[in-house]
Amino acid sequence: MANIRIIPRLDIKGPNLIKGIHLEGLRVVGDPQEFAHRYYAEGADELIYMDIVASLYGRNSLKDIVRRTAKDVFIPLTVGGGIRSTDDVRDMLRAGADKVAINTAAVKRPELISEISRRFGSQCCVVSVEAKRRPEGGWEAYVDNGRERTGLDVIAWVRQAEQLGAGELLVTSVDQEGTKRGFDIELFKAVTSAVRLPVIGSGGMGSQEHFNAAVRDGGVDAVAIADVFHYKRMSIGEVRQDALAAGLQVRKL
Amino acid sequence: MKKRVTLIDYGIGNLLSVSRAFEACGAEVLQTENPADIAAADYLVLPGVGAFVDGMRELNSRGLVEPIRAACASGKPVLGICLGMQMLFTESDEHHLTPGLGVIAGRVEAIPNDAGNGHWRKTPHIGWSELITPSGINWQGTIFTDLIERPAAYFVHSFSCVPASPTAKLAECEYEGIRICAAVRQGNVYGCQFHPEKSGLIGLHIIRNFILL
Repeated sequence: MANIRIIPRLDIKGPNLIKGIHLEGLRVVGDPQEFAHRYYAEGADELIYMDIVASLYGRNSLKDIVRRTAKDVFIPLTVGGGIRSTDDVRDMLRAGADKVAINTAAVKRPELISEISRRFGSQCCVVSVEAKRRPEGGWEAYVDNGRERTGLDVIAWVRQAEQLGAGELLVTSVDQEGTKRGFDIELFKAVTSAVRLPVIGSGGMGSQEHFNAAVRDGGVDAVAIADVFHYKRMSIGEVRQDALAAGLQVRKL
Repeated sequence: MKKRVTLIDYGIGNLLSVSRAFEACGAEVLQTENPADIAAADYLVLPGVGAFVDGMRELNSRGLVEPIRAACASGKPVLGICLGMQMLFTESDEHHLTPGLGVIAGRVEAIPNDAGNGHWRKTPHIGWSELITPSGINWQGTIFTDLIERPAAYFVHSFSCVPASPTAKLAECEYEGIRICAAVRQGNVYGCQFHPEKSGLIGLHIIRNFILL
């Protein structure tokens, strides 16, 4: 397989990089630009920008941030939040994004996935899924940062997204997000065995063990990490070195 | 004196990052779809994402096929990136058999999904893979001059090039049990299957080498 990717995830509200728990209870962390540059210099494999209030307020402040980042950050950039149409995708790509992540709009109108893949290629269409455990087992897909239920079963939904032409999945566990208690490995395992798409696992990293488990047991192709990097609990280099030491295939710098 | 790089804009994909990466390496970039600009270029870059058949249609409709072929034949440095590399080849069987620019002999074929033993090889091949020097090939004097051994670069593709001549292969990468052609060279014509403009410092190093050719 390709090298497992280490992807800093930057959640954005207005001009700020923020961090929450369960995608809520947000705290301002700093200037996203500064963090993006630090992560690029430290050897991130890609970056994810997610405007976490865009779909609530129907706006997107991310374009300027993306435009400034793309000027001197030469790694792939995935951008999500508030993207509703292929024209929104075009604007985001023109601002410097390489891929877009869609959630709310795809749930409302699944054909959007096909429209994006047809017009820009499936490699540029990341379907973002916010998954919350059901008491009776399995997971339900949520939108608006884990606030709104969709009634969709996560596994059925990712299969449908694959059929429609998604190029990649970003799977975030709402239960684990921001807790530092580890990823929802069962969720990752269920998704990676249901589809043949590359899967980015997100939500809950607190230690190297969590990273290793997501890859080894969850089967994900990439891990999105926020808190651990934002608060410098570990550097990207440390995660990379420790993953190599554990026998995982990551990019050697 | 800044190196002047001519970036072919044929209406497909996003040229912003390619353009900015060359600028970051000290080049002056002209984005153009004008055949006369291509004929006058010092350094020519053919970028591209998307389907082969769409790319060739756009080049044809703008009358760019002949000027690009002429530039390749003239010995001036030419770099094809991703689909831009693939279009340098004779033909591709993406969707249906489509002739390419025919600058480099060979075909563009789908990466096989069947990896044997019931294992499924995922496509697109997305992510960072290491560039491997094929046996008998020396990187010194090419766009890979002074790179570290097995540097990793960023790939996104479902089709890959199969040059007719093994000496055209400048680099390979390994993907789930098979070797994929990662870069080609024929004189001063180069092609990279990966995206140098998205491959961090390694990519910028390659771009700097190209504009020093």
